[in-house]
Amino acid sequence: MFSIFRNNKIAIHPVSIWINLELSILKQFAALFASLDQTNKTIEKVGYLKEYFREASDQDKLWVLALFSHKGPRRQVNATLLRRWSAEAANVPDWLFEESYHVVGDLAETMALLLPLPEYSQQEDLSYWMAFIMSLGALGESEKKEAILSAWNTMTPQERFVFTKLMTGSFRIGVSQSLVTRAVAEVTKIDKAIVAHRLMGNWQQGDTSFRKLILEENDEDNLSRPYPFFLAHPVDKPEDLGQPAAWLAEWKWDGIRSQLIVRKGKLYLWSRGEDLITDKFPEFQQLLQQLPDGTVIDGEILPYKNEKPLSFALLQTRIGRKNLTKKILNDAPVIIKAYDMLEFGGADIRETSQGERRHLLEQTVASANSPVLIVSPKITFATWDELHKERATSREKLAEGIMLKRLDATYQVGRKRGDWWKWKIDALSIDGVLIYAQKGHGRRADIYSDYTFAVWHEGLLVPFAKAYSGLTDQEMNKVDAFVKRNTKEKFGPVRTVKPSLVFEIGFEGIQESNRHKSGVALRFPRILRWRLDKKVEEANTLDELKELLQIYQNAEKA
Amino acid sequence: MNEPKLIQFTNNGLYCPIADIYIDPWRPVDKAVISHAHADHARWGSKHYISHPDGEGILRQRLGEDISLQTLPYRKSLSINGVKISLHPAGHIIGSSQVRLEYKGEVWVFSGDYKLENDHFCVPFEPVKCNVFITESTFGLPIYKWIPQEEIFQQINSWWKHNQDNGKVSILFTYALGKAQRILHHLDHSIGKIFVHGAVWNVNEALKMNGAILPYVQRVTPETAREDFAGSMVIAPPSALGSPWLKKFKPFSTGMASGWMNLRGAKRRRAIDRGFILSDHADWPGLLQAVEGTGAQCIYATHGYTASFSRYLNEKGLEAHEVQTQYEGERAEITDVSSSDENQKEQ
Repeated sequence: MFSIFRNNKIAIHPVSIWINLELSILKQFAALFASLDQTNKTIEKVGYLKEYFREASDQDKLWVLALFSHKGPRRQVNATLLRRWSAEAANVPDWLFEESYHVVGDLAETMALLLPLPEYSQQEDLSYWMAFIMSLGALGESEKKEAILSAWNTMTPQERFVFTKLMTGSFRIGVSQSLVTRAVAEVTKIDKAIVAHRLMGNWQQGDTSFRKLILEENDEDNLSRPYPFFLAHPVDKPEDLGQPAAWLAEWKWDGIRSQLIVRKGKLYLWSRGEDLITDKFPEFQQLLQQLPDGTVIDGEILPYKNEKPLSFALLQTRIGRKNLTKKILNDAPVIIKAYDMLEFGGADIRETSQGERRHLLEQTVASANSPVLIVSPKITFATWDELHKERATSREKLAEGIMLKRLDATYQVGRKRGDWWKWKIDALSIDGVLIYAQKGHGRRADIYSDYTFAVWHEGLLVPFAKAYSGLTDQEMNKVDAFVKRNTKEKFGPVRTVKPSLVFEIGFEGIQESNRHKSGVALRFPRILRWRLDKKVEEANTLDELKELLQIYQNAEKA
Repeated sequence: MNEPKLIQFTNNGLYCPIADIYIDPWRPVDKAVISHAHADHARWGSKHYISHPDGEGILRQRLGEDISLQTLPYRKSLSINGVKISLHPAGHIIGSSQVRLEYKGEVWVFSGDYKLENDHFCVPFEPVKCNVFITESTFGLPIYKWIPQEEIFQQINSWWKHNQDNGKVSILFTYALGKAQRILHHLDHSIGKIFVHGAVWNVNEALKMNGAILPYVQRVTPETAREDFAGSMVIAPPSALGSPWLKKFKPFSTGMASGWMNLRGAKRRRAIDRGFILSDHADWPGLLQAVEGTGAQCIYATHGYTASFSRYLNEKGLEAHEVQTQYEGERAEITDVSSSDENQKEQ
């Protein structure tokens, strides 16, 4: 039986913890995390992962795969408690903890740095600590506290950081699934596409092993398993793609990209983020009767009424709801716009051509004859000029642009250049004035990098959007220096700054909103560029912003 | 009614009205006591300077060969209008001083930049008893707790060795004045050749004129053959990061030695391969220890996390204040040189 008190403590001199010759296994994982975190070179990331997969035990490897696939344990300890206990142990007042947190930009890292240096060391592996973490849920508060404090007291700051992240269920890492897949494939010498497929689906760390999941063939488990999604890179000039006749064009819809699976009398729905979302969309259960076993369709879930897509915001009202009431189902009806067919008659058809798959898709959808499954229409065009004209109508169709797929393309794994391209419409944009700034998180920690922008209305600046991406590091440093020198007031972590900088803010959509002072809410706002050429007075007005809203609403009503 | 304060905080910098001298002023003045030669403390244009002799060469190099400069060894004092002025080791970089002012039995100390850990290169910090202590607080938050430098140098040396084994040149970015020499002193010279950027070379030469003993290094010049760099260590200022100057070292691995490397965010922002936590400033325990060592009841915090640090001291029962100055601490090390120059222009 696992006991949280098994922990072999080894007393050490405080200084010697830094010169630990023997790497504990948790340390190995913490070091992997740190290495991945610090480099932005793909080849190095894969190298670190491979090194880890070669050395770690099967048990630890499985944990790492689970963690990278967002299948880690749920939060076992309330972050507020952890925060209180660490502040207590560090002997810092709450406000100082808070100040430190604003500078560090990460809660687990703040705790790891504030805690006093450890008096002991530990030599346990990742699996041990994961079991430790999962056992915490059953403990009472004071037992929990004691267990965690003594664990912290055996760990270096780097180990503590990773351990605390795992405890709070906030473990994220800047490594794409495809890099992990590549590393596993290269170490195990199994084809990458096969590894990618095996890593997908509804497996849990507790009910499989590294051997079963990755190394063995097991068709029974594969019932619910989706295929890795094929994703497109952006293209600016379709003219570069050659002859129009070689391409299939369709609308790029703004919904939830998903995979519908019907196998052995069961229906599964997966999102591209690899969440099983079958239960969120009960209206698709009827397809179980209408589609034959062994069918997998790639498509987009869209809110849809009277043969028209509705705004994505409507879909958001459904996501995250525990109870889907009749009212919600009525207010936000959904359908699947089908793009592609990956499995037909139980056979994986990803190697057949785009044209052939499209043909099978049309056939299948036609014979299903269901109101909730519609083939995404082809856009017919003879020249790129014609397609330019079609694309200009995207916004009124509530599409994000056009997808271009080579007619002889296979269905590939992940984001690949060559056969699929997305040709998006330009973002809407408006010039806003920087009025509030706040320090960021992660790589923007301790830099004023999260901004609120305002537009003019009757001589006053009204905030309309928050954005924190889009500037280069150099620009961010400059804005940071500006904020520090031009602060008017401080409200906790927020600083109000002298209105003087103008930025062009881009966004994908706009909605009426009574929760915002400006009366509008933007979708995906981001900084397009710093308008050094513009004075504050030249920023846009609220009326101009509302004109964009009008255009949008008309499109929806049309 | 009352005597004026011994040191006042003015638009030109810290000012002693009785002696009519400034300490580390940021505008040209008549008489300036300089704590050390870093650019945010030693500024161009004053008529007369007073500083520690170890920094004379570098001060002249930076402010002009013909400046009027009086040197004052540690613990020797000079008197101006009844104010006794003396310099005391700050342990920050070679020739760095705390400035002590005494008048009618009242003592004020300005710390300049300092660290408590003995780096075995410059004269170590000495606490100076005083009534009022004006201190830096660059790393004035409890998240900053330094690792002993032995461990950091071991990390740097093994990183170098590792790169060498993998056919890579190691390029370490750090301040040209101070930390570069501290690192040169502690590198394991048996591993391989050490090269320095011209900026580091010039500082080395100036320091040697004042008697600093530095290990043998080679200067990177346009003539140096590419093959010469194989397996070597190159020390360069942060401004070289991302510049075409780096091309000739390919393939290479980059590292940065700075107190800011304590935070993941700062590390990730500078696309560098390795961060080493090494600072010439006091960490949080160091600042508290320094304050305690002075016995001062009144504290002014001049730069860094001044608000947090002074609030914390207030809660501990000391009278502490924040002061606005233009000192940057180690900030310049991770901010782009271009932007920090512009900040100065904005003033």
